[in-house]
Amino acid sequence: MAAEQQTVDALGQFELHPVLGPLGTELHLSQSVLYMLLASALILIFLYAGMRPRALIPGRFQAAAEMLYEFVYKMADDTIGAQGARFFPFVFTIFTFILVGNYVGLVPGSFTYTSHIAVTAALAITVFVVAVIVSLVSQGLGFFTHFMPEGAPLALAPLLVPIEILTFLMRPVSLAIRLFANMVAGHVMFDMFAAFTILLGGLHVIGPVLGAAPIVVNIALMGLELLVGALQAYVFAILTCIYLSEAVATH
Amino acid sequence: MDIHAAREIGAGLAVIALAGVGVGIGNIFASLVTSIARNPAARPHVFGIGILGFALTEAVALYALLIAFLVLFG
Repeated sequence: MAAEQQTVDALGQFELHPVLGPLGTELHLSQSVLYMLLASALILIFLYAGMRPRALIPGRFQAAAEMLYEFVYKMADDTIGAQGARFFPFVFTIFTFILVGNYVGLVPGSFTYTSHIAVTAALAITVFVVAVIVSLVSQGLGFFTHFMPEGAPLALAPLLVPIEILTFLMRPVSLAIRLFANMVAGHVMFDMFAAFTILLGGLHVIGPVLGAAPIVVNIALMGLELLVGALQAYVFAILTCIYLSEAVATH
Repeated sequence: MDIHAAREIGAGLAVIALAGVGVGIGNIFASLVTSIARNPAARPHVFGIGILGFALTEAVALYALLIAFLVLFG
């Protein structure tokens, strides 16, 4: 991060480079891969260690693991309906992967792998392809009748159908960009206010006093990012459930 | 015109779209508060949808921010 003259280098934090010295260079491990492995390990350890007691009356740790499970299960069951249990592992994986990814990235010095469009686009395209395949399998070619809204006059079809198709194709795009832009915006703002702290702190006498203001803003921003991290994971998962519920609906 | 000046102006123009997003988010939470005030028992039902609506509207704000960043730094 360069804090000289006019420009503040806010986007340099997202660059990838090999980590773990010679091991990383040989295996082409970047921070993204490292933190994805860390997030997956954290999720698996949390669930395994949480459910190990298998008590009927759960202790605190087991209750936490069960609460996470039930939150996502309730979301999948309420939205998708009868077939919710079929897609629950998929929705749970996506929810926890994004949630833990967002939160691990808030630790100073770490990396947010969900701030790369490559990662969020991969997740979004996966959701889209799964939804289309499920639609085709459960509704056959009747899937294409979705694009003509019922009750609309047939004369409007040449106008409505392309718009409907475009809206449908925009789904993975909006999923990917929503998560990516939220994470990038949050981390860029952290970087900018940190740069302001250093810039203001360098002033002659009043520097250290003025420099405290951006730190206070950064503290408030950290609170906001804690909210946004969980919110974005929830929105991605609930939209996945909504698309899947449309896919399995037969009429 | 200097390319850096043009970039800054473009980024400033791009975030004018946030006005619409501000109105939208205010709308969502106004109706959320009104519906909870009319029927406090409905709170668990409408709260989830309200938060979903907020996140979807905020996504539009971030599309505008993304364009601003692309103009400024791309």
